[in-house]
Parts: sequence; structure tokens; C-alpha cells
Amino acid sequence: MKSKEATKTTYRLPIGPIHPALKEPVMFEFEIDGERIVDADVYLGQVHRAIEWTGMRRNPIQILYLAERICGICSISHPIAFARAVENAMDIEVPARADYIRVIQGELERICSHVLWAGVAAHEIGFDSVLFLTWQMREKALDLTEYLTGNRITKAIITIGGVRRDVTKDQLPKIYETLNYFKDNFEKLRHMFLDDKTFKMRSQGVGVLTKKDALELCAVGPTTRASGVKKDVRVDQAYCAYGDLDFDYITPDVLTGEVNGDVYDRIIVRLLEVKQSIDLIEQCIDKMPSGELVSEPKIPKLLATIKKTKGEGFGRYEAPRGECVHYVKFTGESDHPYTWKVRASTYNNILPWIPMLKGEQIADIPLVAASTDPCMSCTNRVAIVDSGKRYEMNKEELHRLSVEKTRRLMA
Amino acid sequence: MAKGLPKSFKKSLWAYHINSGSCNGCDIEIIAALCPRYDVERFGIKLVGSPRHADVLLITGPVTRQMVDKVKRVYEQIPDPKAVICVGNCGNTGDVFYESYNLVGPIDNIIPVDVYVIGCPPRPEAIINAVAKAWVKLETLEAK
Repeated sequence: MKSKEATKTTYRLPIGPIHPALKEPVMFEFEIDGERIVDADVYLGQVHRAIEWTGMRRNPIQILYLAERICGICSISHPIAFARAVENAMDIEVPARADYIRVIQGELERICSHVLWAGVAAHEIGFDSVLFLTWQMREKALDLTEYLTGNRITKAIITIGGVRRDVTKDQLPKIYETLNYFKDNFEKLRHMFLDDKTFKMRSQGVGVLTKKDALELCAVGPTTRASGVKKDVRVDQAYCAYGDLDFDYITPDVLTGEVNGDVYDRIIVRLLEVKQSIDLIEQCIDKMPSGELVSEPKIPKLLATIKKTKGEGFGRYEAPRGECVHYVKFTGESDHPYTWKVRASTYNNILPWIPMLKGEQIADIPLVAASTDPCMSCTNRVAIVDSGKRYEMNKEELHRLSVEKTRRLMA
Repeated sequence: MAKGLPKSFKKSLWAYHINSGSCNGCDIEIIAALCPRYDVERFGIKLVGSPRHADVLLITGPVTRQMVDKVKRVYEQIPDPKAVICVGNCGNTGDVFYESYNLVGPIDNIIPVDVYVIGCPPRPEAIINAVAKAWVKLETLEAK
């Protein structure tokens, strides 16, 4: 813990690292003046499982499964980024059909992730009925994922040089059924999140990230797009089949005509991206060519080629939370990579929390932190250190404060 | 339902969830079990925000070095009688991370575990089944 000199009027509020809700443990320290946050600091490392170190002792096929377990929610993003890095190092060309299937799986994951996030955001402001409604919708997307890949969360469908399962003709009706379900319910979602008085009050003008800050702190994904920065790897450096598909950056001014960079704008961006993903999957199904699924189906032969490979590769992928980058280097001595470096999207989106949270109230911490779709992971045990006296606050308490604020605004 | 489970319960079961460095896979499946499709709240099972209110500890992840102390402290804060459920392969065996230098797990090296749920991640049905098994243990303890 940092030993910051607290003045008479402010006190420090450490939050974390255990949090009973969803994601990884992280720890924060806030400097509080009454109800206002003066400064914020982030401490990372509680989820350090030494994945890169372990990966340097395994071959790329084994690493795929390790990459999948970096994050259970981005379990398509990391394997694709890693596979693309290896393909880049080895100059493998991925068959066109495999590229389209990667896009379908990736976009399906984006729908799951954004709908999941919408539920969490609703929970953070005490609107649990919306949490249940959105998660009920998410189950539909998970059903489709399970139908296409055999698994709900870790799909194990990506391999080096292609994908492991095809999307066959007889699977199309189920895909269309699910997409239509989402299309029919999109208006309901939009109405719930964008027209609702409670949501508007809690999210408009809260947790503002200016365009300048977003650029300086290198925010990625929906977080930066909500601040008006046009940054999306799918458009900037089209990979897989994205070059053939018709779509564009989503910024909040598409819907409202203005960019505020607040939590409300982040909701808009994610909602519109759900719609965009549905559209992209449909385009993929229409345009999908027939052909091979993997460039080299024999794994021992692939590993033998990797053993001889000398060089480095770089893979970029637009995960639901933003750009995810994998880097590998092979020295030609073994099939284990000499280096494997991962930069996940949440890492970039953690620093923007500091300008977002400065000047906000304690009750806004859960919502603002959740609005970057982070691994908001922290808030269980909070100890308020106030002139030597120690009060303890847990996530429930913090959640209660957040709910109370909603009620106060409603009254 | 688990064997030995009575038809009615003395109390509803409250669970506390701790992530000791997991990949979120198990964690979202735990939340999915609480949501409308599986809806365990109809049995009175719910997640609570403080270990002091809990009967059952759901623990996910392979326990990283930074989290050992926290896991122990949370375990100690849960009032007796309590049951511990280890959700997911990495808490049970280390799974893909088994050789990592930063892990102290498996979890049963650190705190006693009553029910092991395997799967990476386990399906919500498996998690619900595990909670029912933990219930049997608590009901048996209560009867003594």
C-alpha cells in the first residue's frame, strides 16, 4: 500500500482485492473528501498466474488452451489473437471459410459479453430486474454458442491455421432463430437502457472521459469510442474476414448526435455494437465461401514446421473490451515460443478510471468502474481510514450506497 | 438432487463467492445459476456480500500467492457450521496453470474443501448440484 500523506480533510479508502460479484481481484486506493473522490490509484497483480511464463514451456497448440483461460469471457479473442501471431510468424495463410467462422464466433462472443455487461451495469445501480432480463437474453446466445461449439464458455474452437468445427447448413436455422430473437428484443433492451429515467439519472454526466484523456491514456474498445475516438482494429487493420464486411466505427454521435464520454455514452456504444454484431454474423453467413477449415490438419506436421520456424509474429484482435495484442517469437530451436507477450484490453482501460472517478461520489464507484467493462473486481472489503479510526465497509455496503443514490434521485 | 437431501430445509442457504485468481469462466457460470434460466433463488440459495452472513463458501481459481492470506481470512470469517465448495478444475488440481510459480493451490492445501466441482468451467447444473451436496452436509451437522 502506498503511504500517501493524508491531509486533515481527506481520507484514504482502499477497496479490494476480494469482491463477491464477478471478476478478477484488483485493488484500488481512493482519496476521499467527504463524498467526493479526490484521487484514485490502482494496484494490480492479484490474478497473476504466470501464464506467459508457463506458455514459454509449451508448444503453440497447448498454448491455445492456455490463452483461452486468460479470460473466461474473452475465450475466443485471446486464442484468435495468439493464433494470428503464430500464423504471422510462420506465414500461414488461413482458409477463407475459417476466417468467416472466426468472425461469426467472435461476434457471437461480443453479443454475449456486451449483454452480460449490460446486466452487471444494471445490477450496480440497483436495478436487478434488468440484470435478470438481460441475463435471460444472454442464455439464448450461450445456447447458440453451445450448439455451434459444444461448450458454453471455453469454446476450444480456434486452432493454428484455422478453426476446428464447421458451421454447417443444417445449423443455419438455429442461428437465424437466435439472431431474430435478439433483433426482436433489441428495441426492448434499447428502451430499457436509453429511455429509462433511472438509467439516465445515474449515467448522464457521470464518469466522464474526455477525448484528450482517452487518447493520452490509450483507452481501447467501447470505452474510447464512447469518448469519440474512432479506434477499432476491425476497421483500422481489417483481419480475418472483416475486410469483406460492411460496417463502421460506432461512436455515440451515431445515435444522439453528440459525444459526452460519460457512462450513458458507453451504454449507447455497447448497445449499438450488439446490433452491429448481429448484422455482421448475417453478412458472414451470406458471404461465406466453401472450402477447407484448417491450412494444416496434421498437428505433428504443424509442430515440426514450428520447430524450424525462426521469427516473430504479432496478432491484433478487437475483443469485446477493446484491442487485444499477442506477440510471439520463435528461435528455431524448439517448438516452444522463446517469448510470448499478451496485452489484454482491460489493462489499457484501467488507467482511464482515474480521470473518470476524480470528482465523483463514492456511490458512483461501482457504476463508473463497471462502465469500462473491466474486470471490476474489487469492492468487497473496504476499510475507511479516517484519522486513525478504522471503519469497515464491504461490497454490500457500497452497493447499498449506490442503490440509495438511485432512490434519492428518483424521489 | 443430491442423495440424502431432506424435503424441507431448516433455513435457506446463503453462499459467499470468492475469486482467488480465476479466469471469470466459473464466476459467470455461478451468476448464470442465479439468473432466470436456472434460478436457484427459488430454493432460497443466494449470493451474499459478506462472508459473515454466509453458510457456504464458493471458491474459484487456483489461488495465487497474493490471494492466499485473503482466502484464509474469508474462510475464518464464515460462522460455523460452514461448507466449502471448490468450483472449477483450476482450484481442484491447478488445471492448465499447474506448473506456474505463482500458485499456492490446489485449494485443499489451504482450506478444507467439502465438495469438488470439476469442469472448466462447470455447467450451472453442476454448481447447483454441488450446493445441494453442501446442504446435505450442513443439515447433517445441524442434526448432530
